[in-house]
Amino acid sequence: MKPVLMCCSVSVDFDGFYALQGADLKVYPHEVRFLIGPNGAGKTTLLDVICGKTRASSGKVLFYSHDITDMPEHKIVQLGISRKFQSPSIFHQLTVWENMELALKQDRGLFAVLRAKMSEADRDMIITLLQRIELLDYADQKACSLSHGQKQWLEIGMQLIQFPQLLLLDEPIAGMSAAERERTGELIHEIARDCAVVIVEHDMDFVRRFSKQVTVMHEGKVLCEGTMEDIQQNEKVVEIYLGREEKAC
Amino acid sequence: MIKKNWMYWLFFLALFLAPFYLTEFRLSLLGKFLCFAMIAIGISLIWGYTGILSLGHGVYFGLGAYCMAMYLKLEASGGRLPDFMEWSGVNKLPWFWKPFEQPVIAISSAIIVPVLLAMFLSYFTFRNRIKGVYFSLLSQAIVVVFVTLFIGKQEWTGGTNGLTNFSTVFGFSLSSPLTQIVLYLLTVVLLLSMFLFSRWLTRSRFGRVLVAIRDSENRVRFLGFNPTTYKVFVYSLSAAFAGIAGAMFVLQVGLISPAMMGIIPSIEMVLWVAVGGRSSLIGAIIGAIVTNGAKSFFSENYPDIWLLFLGGLFIAVVLFLPNGLAGVYQSVKQRKKQGEVRANEASSHVLQRVSRF
Repeated sequence: MKPVLMCCSVSVDFDGFYALQGADLKVYPHEVRFLIGPNGAGKTTLLDVICGKTRASSGKVLFYSHDITDMPEHKIVQLGISRKFQSPSIFHQLTVWENMELALKQDRGLFAVLRAKMSEADRDMIITLLQRIELLDYADQKACSLSHGQKQWLEIGMQLIQFPQLLLLDEPIAGMSAAERERTGELIHEIARDCAVVIVEHDMDFVRRFSKQVTVMHEGKVLCEGTMEDIQQNEKVVEIYLGREEKAC
Repeated sequence: MIKKNWMYWLFFLALFLAPFYLTEFRLSLLGKFLCFAMIAIGISLIWGYTGILSLGHGVYFGLGAYCMAMYLKLEASGGRLPDFMEWSGVNKLPWFWKPFEQPVIAISSAIIVPVLLAMFLSYFTFRNRIKGVYFSLLSQAIVVVFVTLFIGKQEWTGGTNGLTNFSTVFGFSLSSPLTQIVLYLLTVVLLLSMFLFSRWLTRSRFGRVLVAIRDSENRVRFLGFNPTTYKVFVYSLSAAFAGIAGAMFVLQVGLISPAMMGIIPSIEMVLWVAVGGRSSLIGAIIGAIVTNGAKSFFSENYPDIWLLFLGGLFIAVVLFLPNGLAGVYQSVKQRKKQGEVRANEASSHVLQRVSRF
C-alpha cells in the first residue's frame, strides 16, 4: 500500500537548536497514528513541518506523490492536509455556524469568496457535521461562548468538513471531561474510515485505549514504532519515557 | 430589512437635504467632514474588521488630494506656469505635471496612485508576515517620507504652502454656491455608495474572512485561504476611499498642504473611527462627523482651550466606550431587548396566576 504521508529524514534547525534531527515517518491510508514522547521530543514540530508552519532545514515531506516540503501553507491545506492546533484555534467573534462556513471546502480565491453563496448541499453538510460534533444547538452562538471542550470539537469539526485525506491533531483531548474524551476517541476512529489521522497526545491512558500504531519520538528522532504493547516492552522507551512516568506514578 | 435600517436611510436623507437647512458656511464644513467620513469607512474596514492598524492613511488622502489639486492648479493658471513654480525659478512644466491637464487622468490618478502605493507597501509587508505594531510603525514611516518629500520638492509641489488659489473646475467657478452644492451632493452620493459597498462586503462571506483574519490569521491560513491577498485587497480599497476623499476635499476646501497629510492628521483619522466604533461602518461615519464637528464647535467657542476638550473627549472614549458610540447604541438596544423579554416573562407569570383563579 502506498503511504499517504512520508517524512524522509526531516531536520529543523531553530538557530542552532535542532528540534528535529532526521525524523522519518510513514502513515498509511485509514491509519490512526499516535505520536508520543517526552517534552521537547519534536512531536509538535513534526506536525508543524508537515502542514508547512515550520520549514524543514533538510529532508523531504511527501504527500502521496506531491513534494510539499516548501509549499505555502494554504496550498498544502488545499491538497488535503488539515491541522488542529494544540490550543483551540477558532474564530471567536464569529458564530459556530460561520466558523463552519469558512471551513467548507471551497474556492478560497478572493473573487470566488466575494460571490460565494451558501448552497443547499453546503447547508446540509454543516448541519450533519454540527450534529456529529454535538454543536448544532449552538450554531448561532459566538464561538467565544463555548466551553473549552466544545471549542476543541468545533476545531475538529472545521477540519472534518474539508474532508481531508490526512488529519493532524495536536493534543485534541486537552481540557476535556472524561465523557468528552471517550466521545473524542470514538470520533477519531470514525474519522479514520475516511482519512489517515496523526495524533500527538500526552495522555497515556487515552493512547492505550485508542491506539493501534504508536510512534515514539525522542530528541528529534523516531525511536521506535509499534503497538502499545510492543512499545512498553522496548527497553529504550521504558528508560526514556514510560519508565520515568511509571516511577513518577 | 427596511424597518431595521430606517435610521440609516433617515441619516442619509438628512445629509441629502442639508443644502436646504444649512448656511453656505456650515454646508462647506459638513462637506469637508463627509470627506473625512469616507476615510473613516476605509479605516473601519482595515482596522475594525481586519484588525490592521494603519497610521498612514494621511498619505493616501494627500495623494488623492494632490492629484486633483494639480489639475485645478493648471486650470487656474490658464496655460501658464503655476505661480509657485515661477517663484522657484522653474521655467518649464515638469513632465509628470503634463498629464494632469486632462481631468480624466487627474481624477483616475486620484484613485490609482494611492491604490498602487498601498498595494506595493502592503504586498511586501503582509507577504513577509509583518503585522501589528511593526506594520503601524512602517505606515507612519511612509507618512514621514512623503511629507518630507513634498516639503522638500517645493518647485514641484508648492512646498509647505501646498497647492491653493484655484478658480474653476471644468469651467465652473469654485466660489459659486451652486458649484459647491453640486460638489456637496456628489460627496454624499460617493459616501453613500462607499457605505453600501462596504456593507455588502462585510455582510458577505468575504466579510467573515476579514473578521476571521482579525481573530486568528493562522487558522485562516490553515483553512486554505491566503490571508495576504485579502489583506492587500482591503488595505488598497481603504486607500482608494482615502484618495477619493482627498479629491473631494480639495474641490470643496480649495487647499491641500503637506500638513494635512502628516502624522497628526493620520492619527486623528484613526481616532475618528475609535470614537464612532471601529467595527461599525455607520459608527465610523458618525465618528468622523461628530469628532470634527466637536473640533470646530470647541475651537469657535473656546479658542484658548479647545484642544483640551478634544483630548478629554478622546480619553473619555478610550476609557469608557471601548466600542465607541456605536457600541453605546448596541448595548442600549440589547438592554431594551432583555427588558422586553423580562417584561414578557413577568406578564406571562401574571397570566398564569390569573388563569388559575
